[in-house]
Order: sequence, then structure tokens, then C-alpha cells
Amino acid sequence: MSMVLQLFSGWSLIRAFTVLVYLFMFLPVAVVVLLAFNANQFGSFPMEGLSLRWFVALWHNDAIVRAFKTSVLLGSLTAVVSTTIGVMASLALVRFDFRGKGLITTAMIAPILVPEVVLAVALLLFLRWLEMPKSFPLLLLGHVIFTLPFVVLIVQARLVAVRREYEEAAMSLGANAFHTFREVTLPLIMPAVFAGVIFAFTISFDDVTGTLFWKPGGVETVPTQIFAMLRNSISPEINALGAVMVVITVAVPLIGAALARRMAAALK
Amino acid sequence: MSANDADAPGARPWLLMSPALAAVTLLLVVPVCFIVVYSFWLRTAAGGEQVGFFLDNWAEVLTDAFYRDILIQTLRIAAISTVLCILLGYVPAYFIARSTTRHKAVLILLLMLPFWISYIIRTMSWINILGVSGALNVFLLWTGIISEPLQILYNEGTVILGLVHFLLPFMILNIYVSLDGIDPNLTDAARSLGCTAWQAFREVTLPLSVPGLAAGSLLCFVLGAGTYITPMILGGPRDAMFANLVFEAIITQLNWPLGSALSLALLAVLGAVVMLYTRYAGINQLAKSFR
Repeated sequence: MSMVLQLFSGWSLIRAFTVLVYLFMFLPVAVVVLLAFNANQFGSFPMEGLSLRWFVALWHNDAIVRAFKTSVLLGSLTAVVSTTIGVMASLALVRFDFRGKGLITTAMIAPILVPEVVLAVALLLFLRWLEMPKSFPLLLLGHVIFTLPFVVLIVQARLVAVRREYEEAAMSLGANAFHTFREVTLPLIMPAVFAGVIFAFTISFDDVTGTLFWKPGGVETVPTQIFAMLRNSISPEINALGAVMVVITVAVPLIGAALARRMAAALK
Repeated sequence: MSANDADAPGARPWLLMSPALAAVTLLLVVPVCFIVVYSFWLRTAAGGEQVGFFLDNWAEVLTDAFYRDILIQTLRIAAISTVLCILLGYVPAYFIARSTTRHKAVLILLLMLPFWISYIIRTMSWINILGVSGALNVFLLWTGIISEPLQILYNEGTVILGLVHFLLPFMILNIYVSLDGIDPNLTDAARSLGCTAWQAFREVTLPLSVPGLAAGSLLCFVLGAGTYITPMILGGPRDAMFANLVFEAIITQLNWPLGSALSLALLAVLGAVVMLYTRYAGINQLAKSFR
């Protein structure tokens, strides 16, 4: 009896500790969202009531709206390019045997293993040497290269689980390779493709480490805009922008996950 | 097309891979080789670069005590953050893995959330809490415990705090993946053979979760040691990390040869850590968290 009691209390300690760690992870972000609604003129504690004034201020801040548009465009293009070439590469790596496969698999994951700063410096200086100035396409290329490994890892993992027999059946019924991919393989790996798109979008949308190196003068994404604003002081507008970012970057994957689950369910 | 495929099945994987392979080659491999060459060039007083083979940048990076001290500081900060992540992360990972309630899915979902919440927002959120007019100071002033706001921010401690906050989900996720793969029968067997719960944990569960611990530690250490944003937001002027030096050299001073040498030095140090890890664990463990 006492041992059961002891076990029980051990488990509740573990649970209490877990709750505390989760609070540590989320409380600061919750504070940002809370302060975004602060009516107080300086946006700090103590709160003096709720207000939407900082969101209105955001809406009228041209620099922020521009940064927002840049980020959405960049994130979307990154997601499309990265997922397309990532899916193609995963197909090659999972469905075919060829020499040097191990090396190439490692090469595809390499952008995660190289510190982002080093990647940023290398790409920047190389393109400078080619006499290409900092530009939006450079930013896009940079974002593609460090989102690519995530897409490849996710799609590969799913592709391994899709049995080859389905594809072989389609082939034996006369479908060509592209047809088989479009009608059989793609629907089966769709949840992973979708996850890849979302991963690539959010990583790009969030990135600041590489972006600060690559962005041309005058172009800001949302994170670099926040970074620039932090230089002055923490203004309530930053908290409001933070709240918007949190909502977007949390809502997009959540909606995505729900859709993916529905897709997966439809397949069964 | 299909007849063609039958003739040359060997070409198709390369065709499929070519865009991604070209991207990795042109945007990663070639540029990294390029900065190796660049690091031997010399920055002239006029602001241009002198092409050649000069060891000056490397001599400066390898012998200057300033760089050495910051490298040691960087490794220390990354190591402390990693250890704190282990200490804070193991128990929640264990709780999620062993919990049988319906909260399990929610806990895992919540664990993924921080990955989606902007790094810069999570970092700057601490200013709202620890800053001069942050929640903590306002609370302490209100209770009367202090009469002047405390200067808690902008030191090495807050840099570590920011890093732990950023890296903890990586650690918990990796440990969880490892713990979740352990057959519960193993601990049951240990218990039925007379182990106490603690012994069963120490002798069975803990050793079996080492791969996850190692993968999580590698990620935390490498990501932590490579950052320059956290020290810029939460650190003071003396809390620069090695990546800040790179940023300084490239963006502020426009000294690209020196910046190349500095970033290669960082790559070498962190590369050695990754090598050490793959030697003992294998890179596949890292891929497991994506399944």
C-alpha cells in the first residue's frame, strides 16, 4: 500500500514538474499576446484595460504592412519551390537504387547541419563574387536551401511507408511513370507534401538569422522589422505584431494538421 | 517516354534529383568551398580584396586571445544551455511518453507549438517579463520587496535563459521519441525481477533513452552555439557569441575575408561536434523526430 502511495506521489511530482516546464515554455508568449491588448500608453505593466489601439497602429504602419507582404510572398514562394524539388528528390532517394545514395542523402540534410550563419555568409559572399547584388531572389534561394532538408526528411519518411505494390499495379495496368505519380503516389503522400509546404512556409516566415545577411537594403521581413524595432526600445506595437505572428504561425499549422488528418482519413 | 524509361532506368533518379542536387551544390557546397578560398584573401586598406594566399586572417583568428575567449564563452553558453535543457526536458518527455490519458495528444501538440512561434518573438518576450518595466519588476515593486527596479536583463544569464527557452522543445521532442520507442514490457520485467521503480528506470529506461538524449543534446548545442540573435536581444555588450563576430565582420565592417575565416572556424568547431556524434550515434536518430 505504501509503495502504491509512493509511486503515486512520484508520478504527481513528475506531472507537476511537467506543468511547470510547459508554463515556462508558454507564459512569456502569453504575456506578449496579453500586452498587445494593453491600453496603457507605454504598453508595459500594469495593464490599464484592454484596447485594440496597437493593432490599429500596426495596420496604419506602412513599414510593417510592407514587411508583412514581403514575408508572405517570400514564405509562399519558398514553400512552393522547396516542396517541389524536395518531393522530386525524395522520390529518387526512396524509390531508386543508385551509386552514391548515402552521400547524396547526407548532402540533402547538410543544410541543417551547417550552422545557419555559415550558410548565410557562404551564399552571400559567393553571389557577391558573381557580382549579383543582394536581392529578393537571393533571399528566396537562401530560404529554399535551408527549408529543403525539412521537406526531404518529412516526405521521405512518408514515402518509405507507402507500399510499392500500389505503384506497380498502376504501372502494370498501363499507366506511365508520371501518370502513376499523379494518380497514385501523390495522393498517398499528400499529407507529407502538405506538411512540407507548411514547414517550409513557417520556417521562412520566421527566419531572421539568414535573412539579416541576405536582405537588400530597405527590404524588411516581419522578423527583421521586429528586430529593427527592438533596437530602439520595446514598443507596444511590437507586442501587437508578435501577437499577429503567433496567431498566424500557430493557426496555419493547426489548420494544416486538421486538413492533413482529413486527407489521411479519406485515404483509408 | 515509357519506352525510354525501360531502356535507361538509371537516368530517372538523377533527373528527379537534379533540381535539389543543383540547389545543394550551387547554394551550399560551392559557396562553402568558396569562402575557404576567400578566407586566404586579404582585405586592403582601400576596402577591396587582394586575391592571393595570405595566412593573415587565419593567424588572427587562431592566435588572437579575443577570438579565443569568445569561442570559449560561446561553447560554455551552449554547453550550459544544453545541460539545462536536459535537466528541464527529461521529466516532461518521460511524462508524455508514459502518460496514458487523453491529454497525451494535447501535450505533444503543445510541444510542437513553440516550433511554430517565431524565434524572435519568443526571445523578445523575456524583455516583457524581466525588463525594467517588465512583469517581474512591476510585481516586486508592487509587493514592496524592492524599491528600485532590478536590472536583471542583458547579461550571460539572460542569454542562457533565452537559449534554453528556444531549445527546450527540441530536447523534449528527441527524448520523447526515444522513450516512446521503449517496450514497456522491459521495465515490467525488471520490476518483476525485483528492481525498485528507480532501479528499473536507472538500469533499463535511462540507458535506452540515451540515443534521444544524444540527438537532442547535439541539436541544442549546435543551434545554441551558432546563434547571434539571442545575444543581440538578451545579452549585454560583453555577451557576444562567436556568430556575432561573424555578423560584425561581414555586415558592419565589410571585412569579408576575415568574416570567411571566422565562419569557417565556427563551422570547424561545430563540425567536429557533429562528427563526434555521428561516430557514436549515427545521423538517422535525428531523422526519427520527423516520423
